Amino acid sequence: MKQKTLFVGALVLLFIVFAIATLIQTAVPEGGEARPVTAHPEALVRMHSPTLGRPDAKVTIVEFIDPACGTCAALYPAVKDLLAQHPDQVRLVLRYAPFHPGVDQVIALIEAARRQDRLWPALEALLATQERWTPNHRPNVEQARQVLAGIGLDMTRLAADAADPAIAALIAQEAADIRLLGVEKTPEFFVNGRPLPSFGLQQLATLVGEELARR
Amino acid sequence: MTMHTDQQASTPWLLTFAAWLIAATATLSALFLGEIVGLPICSMCWYQRIFMFPLAVILPFGLFPDLDRRLIRAGLALAAIGLLLALYHQGIVSGIVPERIQPCRQGIPCSETVATWFGFITIPLLSIAAFTTLVALLGAALYRSRSS
Repeated sequence: MKQKTLFVGALVLLFIVFAIATLIQTAVPEGGEARPVTAHPEALVRMHSPTLGRPDAKVTIVEFIDPACGTCAALYPAVKDLLAQHPDQVRLVLRYAPFHPGVDQVIALIEAARRQDRLWPALEALLATQERWTPNHRPNVEQARQVLAGIGLDMTRLAADAADPAIAALIAQEAADIRLLGVEKTPEFFVNGRPLPSFGLQQLATLVGEELARR
Repeated sequence: MTMHTDQQASTPWLLTFAAWLIAATATLSALFLGEIVGLPICSMCWYQRIFMFPLAVILPFGLFPDLDRRLIRAGLALAAIGLLLALYHQGIVSGIVPERIQPCRQGIPCSETVATWFGFITIPLLSIAAFTTLVALLGAALYRSRSS
């Protein structure tokens, strides 16, 4: 009897400690926003970051995107819709999150396409055909190259540009900023520096609406 | 060897109970850090979880209704393998294990330190401490309960 009491008592105690620790950890600090503006605003947008929309737009969505990430591809049209709803007021800043091993080479292709002024078509073509060049979550550069050949790029120049150390340095900077900002999953959004309270398209739209309503 | 639960707790029983307490604490702590705090979980951590979580479940069956050495033996085997994995993980972190045979190419590198307490306590170190204590406690429980 005594042993059972000891065991059950310990079990209950462990669960109570777990529950209290969980409550403390998940508690929203009183007053103020649940998640504040990032402590590293300088790491959010770099000089090299591709931008879609007016530079003076009131609301800036920074999206960290892994071209091989399924959720990124699935949400991308909705993000474009959001931009289309507020054409002059919302702009999109693209940041790369090279989370899938090998995807950095695909990002290099996108950056090389940028030198032919075809960054967004290249990104969009790759996202639309993601399943073809990312079988089983493994990015295949050759397949990605074939997709890009279909949008009318100078492929010889593309290959030469993709090997430019400047592009590798750009991708290294993206990776460094990801660590600094604590981006762990893709896509990750920041709206005027504010992270989403929780992941979801509705949360993104709400946050954009809030920022648009600000004076 | 059996003992009845209405008796005063024997030393092997208490040793096994202490082992369960550690396994249950480690299990809940790992779940807390992974699910609630949201720390990234590398593959070595998953392998160690595979050998820690079952201990929290099976050891109570070795405690009730009577002390059962068979389950303590099974628990000792799990803890011993877990200890080897924890040592290997620490080897990766401290750079003793060469990077080439590192098992974590995808996702989160196991060499990355995601949490440090008091300047030196890291999660792999806690894992080593927990598995070492488990091996010692379960080994002692087996030894003390052997029938001569």
